[in-house]
Amino acid sequence: MLYSEKVMDHFANPRNVGEIPDADGVGEVGNAKCGDIMKMYIKVENNIITDVKFKTFGCGAAVATSSIATEMIKGKTVEEALKLTNKAVVQALEGLPPQKLHCSVLAEQAIKSAVSDYYKRQGIDPEPIVGPIGECEACHI
Amino acid sequence: MEKRFVYADNAATTSVSERVLEAMLPYMKEQFGNPSSIYMFGQNALRAIETAREKVAAALGCSPSEIYFTGCGSESDNWALKSIAERLSKVGKKHVITTVFEHHAILHTCQYLEKNGFEVTYLPVDEKGLITAEQVARAIREDTAIVSIMYANNEIGTIMPIAEIAEACHKKGVIFHTDAVQAVGNVPINVKEQGIDMLSLSGHKIHAQKGVGALYVRKGIPITNFIHGGAQERNRRAGTENVPAIVGLGEAITAACENIPAKIEKVTKMRNRLIDEILKIECTRLNGDREQRLCGNANISFLGVEGESLLLRLDHEGICASSGSACTSGSLDPSHVLLALGLPHEIAHGSLRLTISEETTDDDIDYIIEKIPGIIKRIRDMSPLWENVTKKQPQMQKLMRWVSPLKGE
Repeated sequence: MLYSEKVMDHFANPRNVGEIPDADGVGEVGNAKCGDIMKMYIKVENNIITDVKFKTFGCGAAVATSSIATEMIKGKTVEEALKLTNKAVVQALEGLPPQKLHCSVLAEQAIKSAVSDYYKRQGIDPEPIVGPIGECEACHI
Repeated sequence: MEKRFVYADNAATTSVSERVLEAMLPYMKEQFGNPSSIYMFGQNALRAIETAREKVAAALGCSPSEIYFTGCGSESDNWALKSIAERLSKVGKKHVITTVFEHHAILHTCQYLEKNGFEVTYLPVDEKGLITAEQVARAIREDTAIVSIMYANNEIGTIMPIAEIAEACHKKGVIFHTDAVQAVGNVPINVKEQGIDMLSLSGHKIHAQKGVGALYVRKGIPITNFIHGGAQERNRRAGTENVPAIVGLGEAITAACENIPAKIEKVTKMRNRLIDEILKIECTRLNGDREQRLCGNANISFLGVEGESLLLRLDHEGICASSGSACTSGSLDPSHVLLALGLPHEIAHGSLRLTISEETTDDDIDYIIEKIPGIIKRIRDMSPLWENVTKKQPQMQKLMRWVSPLKGE
C-alpha cells in the first residue's frame, strides 16, 4: 500500500485542525469500530462557509481526506459544499489505495452531516436537501 | 536527540547478520552446484545442506533426520496441519484444536480444513493472552487428530506453557504441533524434553534471509509428501534446495541459540525501560502478560489514538514499528489477537507493537522514549475520541477500565 505525496502532505501537515466554539453546524460520522471518526465544524455567513475545522480519529487517509475536504469547501456556498463528492476528494489527493476509499466517503459524509446540523439550527428540515446520511458502507462488509 | 533510524519491528523481520551472510556467500558465488548432482561439485552443496540440518537439529535438541527445510514458517504450518489431518482422517480423526489468536498461517489452514469436513475447536485466551494445559486437555476428543498451539504470540509476545500442553496431548495420544516462529532464538527450546511432536520455524526472524524455514517432525509421525517431484528432503518436499538460504538458516539458528539467557537478560532490560517509560503516558495499557512474554516485545495501546497514524508519525521520526490497527491489515477490523483479549475496538485500533532485538541500543530506546509522548499528544489533540475522554463523556466509561487513568485523577 502506497500513499501519494499529496496524501502524505495533508497527513503530515493537516489544514484546519481544531474546533470552532461558536460553530453554526457540527457533524460527526464514522465509528470507532472501523477505526475512523470524523468531526467537522462549519461557520456560515450569508450562506458562505467562512470557516471550517475538523478533528479526526483515524488512519493517514482519514486525516488527509478530512484535511483536503475542509480546504475544498472553505469559502464555498453551502449548496456548493454539498456537491463535493468523495470522488473529487480522491482526485484532489491524487488517488487513494483501494482499501482506503471509504475514508473519502467519510469526508463527504462529514460535510453533509455538518451542513444538516446547520440547516436544523436554521429551522430547515435538512432531509429533502441533504438526503440521508447513511453509515459508511465499507463498515458493514 | 538527533534524528536517527531505529528498527523496532523485529517480529516482522530481522536484518541478515554479517555472520550469516558470510556463511551464505560461497553458495551464491562459486559453490553453485545442484545438491542432487553426483559429481563432487554438487555433493559439496549437499554436504552444506546436511551440515545446516545438523545445526538446526542441535538447536532444537532433535535428530537431523527429523528436520525438513521449507520455504517459510507459513509453509511449515500448512504442511504440518494438512499432513496430519489428511493422514488421520483416514482413521476417522477429523477434529483439530488450536487457539483463537494463532498466526493466519494456522487460522486460515484450519478454515480450509473446516471446508473439507474437519471440525476445529478454537480455544479462547484470557485477558493476558495466555491459555492453560487444562483448557487443551478438556477440548481433546476421541477423534482429535492434532493440537496446534503457538509457542509465543507474534503480536503480544506471550509465551504458552508448551511442555504442559504437550503432556496433556500425549496423555490422550494426540499429536502436538507448535508454531514457534517467534520463539526460536528467544526462549530455550528442546523438543525432546518439552515433548513437542512438530515445530515450525522461520529463518528471517532470526537474522537469516527471507524465504527459508523448517519443520521439525518427530520420528514416527506420519507426514505426507508436500510438493511432488524430485527426491529432495527425503522425498517429502520436491524442488531444488535453496542452498544459500538453508546454509544461512543453519548459521543463524546456531548464533541465535548460542547464548539465549544472556540475550534475554540484555534485551529484557531495554524492553522493560521502554514499557515503563511509555506507560507513564496517561490512558495507556500493556497488552499481554508482563512476565510470560518474549524479551523483545512491547505492545501498548493508547486510548484516543489510531495505530496507522501513529506508525506514520513514528516513521517520520525514523522509527519502524507495527500496529494491530485495522488500517495496517487491509481489512477494517483490528487485530484478531487484540480482540481475543477482549479489548474494545477503540483500544485495539490504538495499539503499537515495538519489537527490539540484541542489536537495539540504549540510545535507540532513549530516542523512542523521547519521541513517543509528543507524537501521542499531537494525535490526541486532533482526535474526537480523545476529546470525549477528556470531557468525560459517559460513553467513554466502558473504555476507561482498560487503560491507566487520566492525569490528575
